[in-house]
Amino acid sequence: MSETSPSVKTLFEKIWQSHLVKPESGPEGDGAPAIIYIDLHLLHEVTSPQAFSELKRRNLKVRRIDRCLATIDHSTPTLPPDADGNRPYVTEQAHEQVETLYRNCAEHCIELHGWDSPNRGIIHVMGPEMGATQPGMTIVCGDSHTATHGAFGALAFGIGTTEVGHVLATQSLLQRKPKTLGIRVEGELRPGVSAKDVILHIIGTIGVDGGTGSVIEYFGSTIRAMDMESRMTLCNMSIECGARAGMVAPDQTTIDFIEGRPMAPAGEEWDKAVKHWKSLTTDDGAQYDQLVEIDASNIGPSITWGTHPGMVIGVGDLVPDNTDGPSLDALDYMQLQAGSPLAGQPVNIVFIGSCTNSRLTDLRAAASILKDRKVAPGTRMLVVPGSEQTRQAAEKEGLDQVFLAAGAEWREPGCSMCIGMNGDIGQPGDLVVSTSNRNFKGRQGRHVRTVLASPLTAAACAVTGTVTDPRSMMENRP
Amino acid sequence: MSNEPDDTGVIDSPVYILDFENIDTDQIIPAQFLTTTEREGLGQFCFYNWRYDDDGNPRASHPLDRFDPDLHEVLVAGPNFGCGSSREHAPWGLLDMGVRAVISSRFADIFRNNSLKNGLLPVQVDQAAVDFLIEHPDHRVRIDIAGAKLHVPDLGEFDFPLDPFPAHCLAQGIDQLDYLLQHEAEIAQYEQRIEH
Repeated sequence: MSETSPSVKTLFEKIWQSHLVKPESGPEGDGAPAIIYIDLHLLHEVTSPQAFSELKRRNLKVRRIDRCLATIDHSTPTLPPDADGNRPYVTEQAHEQVETLYRNCAEHCIELHGWDSPNRGIIHVMGPEMGATQPGMTIVCGDSHTATHGAFGALAFGIGTTEVGHVLATQSLLQRKPKTLGIRVEGELRPGVSAKDVILHIIGTIGVDGGTGSVIEYFGSTIRAMDMESRMTLCNMSIECGARAGMVAPDQTTIDFIEGRPMAPAGEEWDKAVKHWKSLTTDDGAQYDQLVEIDASNIGPSITWGTHPGMVIGVGDLVPDNTDGPSLDALDYMQLQAGSPLAGQPVNIVFIGSCTNSRLTDLRAAASILKDRKVAPGTRMLVVPGSEQTRQAAEKEGLDQVFLAAGAEWREPGCSMCIGMNGDIGQPGDLVVSTSNRNFKGRQGRHVRTVLASPLTAAACAVTGTVTDPRSMMENRP
Repeated sequence: MSNEPDDTGVIDSPVYILDFENIDTDQIIPAQFLTTTEREGLGQFCFYNWRYDDDGNPRASHPLDRFDPDLHEVLVAGPNFGCGSSREHAPWGLLDMGVRAVISSRFADIFRNNSLKNGLLPVQVDQAAVDFLIEHPDHRVRIDIAGAKLHVPDLGEFDFPLDPFPAHCLAQGIDQLDYLLQHEAEIAQYEQRIEH
């Protein structure tokens, strides 16, 4: 197991041990899993209503409203309200789901960042922006991309609705201790290569179930050199290789990001917190259950060609000539030929957004390609900032004007086309180059073919209207 | 449904085969059906995109066209079943369509957790046993829940990993939230320790 000796611990082990309310019972006891304490519970409209109903049914209160933070992101329209202030919800049921969260948060006095909040956004963008996400915390949300917060050296993972109820009522969870998977990434990233390309490459290497049962810790020189937005992109997609959590040990980059944010500690508390955060590293000599080594200098812009995030190639590579059932099934769905290039395929829609790639640095990357260029005729481009804060920061820099001048749509924050719950979807047969995290069949609309890529690659595809290597368009660009 | 003791502790059913790897939660229950605020009635939307065409009409032929909710309580699927999102709507929907167990050589973690919290049994066995069943559709299997054993006639008996605690809870009708609430004093003590 990961614990080699009591004095030498991995980052995961340190957080796990410091959050034990009750250790796992041995076979002589009741065989119960450990009870771990949850520092921060993030909530949104989709996975919480049935949990609140359960609380009501049992006549239970929310134990710690100060450890809850809620927003609306999945079912929310990204088009503005009409003149009467009505928002264009995809269905009345979607509207009702949002209203239900309003009612539940009001009833239990939970802080909700709804339509009127300047902080509203995708929960995994908003939490870090507000400084709610901090190193060493345990963070859960009824959402599998909760792993995003692991970028700060938190243990953050997705839970189901029953467990959302458990956390609301007890601020605790019954958990078996996961295994650890160390992923060391070394080397300098080549121009045009981003964290998205790195994580796609990793998933392609270890497979879509390579991390099942494990918590990943990403480390090595490549990770150290990444900014926080890149680390969030990296950790965000940990679930796409089956790992419930991914984490990066905090360092000065982490501390600088958090300092001064509204929910960050201040004054004496800040100094105390920083001292603690600096201790949250994997000790020399601590062992992971499994270790994978990745050479970053080999990674180019990566894209998916199939129907799960492990079907990855370099943007200029040929679609693999595999004849196994899943590959043939994926090729059939994607209307692609084995052994043919993906580059040059006509693109119907480009989507820049999602909890993976909707932060300011992602928007800057896309805008660097779009500046003084146009979205190709026949191609549609949606740019959906991750939060109101991100939107405002982008507009302050004039990024919205770059997108609009290029012919792209500049939308209001939300999950949008990543999951398509709000009606932002493609038409059957559309090829969508998407900066989101999942290319499952039908995820972005029935028969919609999703190609996952970085913001740079997606923007390049928008300009040419075909799948394109962004490096060809980066000359003389910042 | 969840937390109710099973009358027999045994599932005895012909298997229904879904011979696909990586069946993700978007296939099991597409996101458009997640705007509900209830947990009931989701079975009709399970595998919706497989069962209905673009206009919402039932397809004549699809991977579930022989599925009989009165007959098939056990699904057999390729590895990595339930990968993708944390939506508990996936096990809610499967249970609502009459499924009580899924046999696969690998389950995604969150799906496994969500299933066990609702009384849907993830039966993880070697791919060889899965392959045998794929070649024998409608083969009758017997699952002993308390003993965590899958009996496949003409092949053998297989142990499958089952966290003893949810299994204990399922068998004894213990509610996991009640169990947590019983530890309120320890939770309060923990809070005292970290906050003061």
